[in-house]
Amino acid sequence: MSLRRVLVANRGEIAVRIIRACRRLGLETVLTVSEADRDSMPARLADRTLCIGPARASDSYLNVGAILQAALAARADAIHPGYGFLSERPALAQGCEEHGLIFIGPTAAQIEAVGDKLRARAQAQATQVPVIPGAAVEGGAQALAVARRLGLPLLVKAVGGGGGRGMKRIERLQELMPLVELAASEAGAAFGDARVYLERFVRRARHIEVQVLGDGEGDVIHLGERDCSVQRRYQKLIEETPAPGLPDSFRHRLHEAAVRFAQAMAYRGAGTVEFLVDLERDEFYFLEMNARIQVEHPVTEAVTGIDLVAEQIAIASGAGLRLRQADVECRGCAIECRVNAENPARDFEPSPGWVSAARWPRGDGIRVDTHIEAGAQVPPFYDSLLGKIIARADERDAALERMWRAIAATRIEGVISNLPLHSMLLANREFQQGGVDTGFLTRLLEGAPMSVEAQLG
Amino acid sequence: MTLTAKDVAEITRLLEESDFDELTLELDGLKLAVRRKGAAAPVALESLVPATPAAQPPSAKESASLDEASVSQTITAPLLGTFYRAPKPGAPPFVEVGSPVEEETIVGIIEVMKLMNTVRAATRGRVAAILAQDGALVEYGEALMRVSKAAGA
Repeated sequence: MSLRRVLVANRGEIAVRIIRACRRLGLETVLTVSEADRDSMPARLADRTLCIGPARASDSYLNVGAILQAALAARADAIHPGYGFLSERPALAQGCEEHGLIFIGPTAAQIEAVGDKLRARAQAQATQVPVIPGAAVEGGAQALAVARRLGLPLLVKAVGGGGGRGMKRIERLQELMPLVELAASEAGAAFGDARVYLERFVRRARHIEVQVLGDGEGDVIHLGERDCSVQRRYQKLIEETPAPGLPDSFRHRLHEAAVRFAQAMAYRGAGTVEFLVDLERDEFYFLEMNARIQVEHPVTEAVTGIDLVAEQIAIASGAGLRLRQADVECRGCAIECRVNAENPARDFEPSPGWVSAARWPRGDGIRVDTHIEAGAQVPPFYDSLLGKIIARADERDAALERMWRAIAATRIEGVISNLPLHSMLLANREFQQGGVDTGFLTRLLEGAPMSVEAQLG
Repeated sequence: MTLTAKDVAEITRLLEESDFDELTLELDGLKLAVRRKGAAAPVALESLVPATPAAQPPSAKESASLDEASVSQTITAPLLGTFYRAPKPGAPPFVEVGSPVEEETIVGIIEVMKLMNTVRAATRGRVAAILAQDGALVEYGEALMRVSKAAGA
C-alpha cells in the first residue's frame, strides 16, 4: 500500500520531528491539536491542522474517536502516534486496523502483549531472555528456600500490586517470614489478592536499552544500545550511546537478547527492549519493551546515520526492512540532554508559561529537536520537554565537550529550565568517567541541592 | 513571570468563592481569563490566551465590533466531526436563519465515528447566520451559527 498523507497524532518536538521526516519523504501531513496548541510550531509546519478538543489531553490527544474521525475526514492513509499519549494504547492501533488506516507502529496485539508486564516477563523467559530472578511464595519453608537461592536483599511484591505499591524490602533472613506475612495480609486487604512473590532486589543497576526494528514477519535487527541511567524517579534526563565501559561480549549479549525477544513475537516497526544491568553481579535482566519511537531515539540516529522515523514509515507502508544487520554500523559516541521547563531547585516543579527568548545551539556534531522558539507557549497541561540537544563526536570525551559548549550556548527565558543542572552533570567527574548507576542523579541532588540563585544565574 | 498549574487552580478557587463572574489577569507576556461556568460565552472554565503578536484568538470572526458582540452569540462545535443540519438526509433542517432558539434547542448534529452527537444552542435568541456547511468537517471550537440576542430574546 502506498502512503501519501500521514496524520500526526501528537504535539511538541516529536510532532515537529515526524512532520519534517514526512516532508523529506514527500508525504503530506495532517496534525491533530488541542485548543492549547493551535499556534504551536508543529501546527504551523503541518500541511493541515485540525483542532480535536480542549486543552485537557483526555479530551483531545487521548480521544481515539476524534483522531480516527480526523484521519478519515482528512483522507489520511496512516497515523503516526509519536510517543506517549495513544502510542501504546491498543485502541488506536485497533481502530486503524478496523478502518483501513495504517498505524505506524506495531500491531494492536503486540502492543497489548508487551503492555502486560506478567505476559512480557513470561515471554522473555520463553525466549531465554533473563528476567529478575524471583518466585511465588507458597509457604514458610519454601519461602526460606527461595530466599537462600536468590540471595539478599529481596523484594516481596504483591501479585496484584504495581507501580511500587505492595512492595517491601527484605535485608535480613530473620525479617523474611514476618514481612512476607505482613505483605500478604496487606495485599489481601488492598488488592483482594493475598498472593505475593519474592524477587531479587538490584541494589546498583544501570538502565540500558536496545533499539530494534522489525518487519512484522520475524525479521528483526538491532541498532545498538542506549544508556539511560541518568534518571530521577524513572524520568530520564541524559542518554548516550554506546553505553560507556561495557565489555563487548556483554554488549553483544544484550543486543542478541533484544533481537530474540522481538523476533519471537514477529515485532513490527521500531521498538526498544529495556534491561536492568546488575552491577554487583554482572548480569542483566529484561525490564520491558517499549512499542514506540522513544524520546531518546536521536542518539541512535546520530551514530548509525539511520532515520528511525523514516524506517518506521517504510515498514508501515509495506517496504519491510530496508537494512540488514550488516548494514548497521555505529560510529562514534552520541549523547542527548533533555531540556525541560522545570525547576530542579523546587523538586523539579514544572514551569509552564510564555517563552520570551529562545536560543538553541548550532554547529558541527550538534542536533536540536525542539518545538520551542521565542513567543512559544509552554502549556501547563502536558509534559515539560522544551527540546533535546544531541551531540556526536568520534570519542566520548569530545562528545561531552561538545555538549558542554552547546548547553552553555543555549538560552531559554520566560520559563525556568533545567539547563544549569545539565551543566553541573556534564562537569561531574563521576559522570565524565562513565557508567554511572540509576541512583547517581538522586545521590548527587541530595548532596548538592541547587539554589534558586544558581538556577536563575 | 510564569504561572504554574497550581497558581491557575488557586486563582480559579478565588474566583469561585467571590461574587464575580469573570477575572482577567495580565502578567508580562501572559494573559489569563477565567470565567465561571454559566457566564457568557460557552468556553472552558479556564483559557490561557497568549498576549503575543503571533497568537490569535480561537476564532478571528469573534472579535467583531463591541456592539455586535453584545447582541450576538456564536454556537461553536463541541467536538470535531461531520456537521449535519438535519436529523437525516432529506429531512428539514433543525433550524433556519430566523428560527428562534433556546438553550436546549437542537441546532445540528456532529457525527464522530458513526456516533451522532447533538449540538444545542446553549443560548437564547434568533439564528442570525449559519456558518458551517451541511456535511462539512468541523473542528472543535469552530463557529457553526450566529445567534442574535436582540431579536426576540
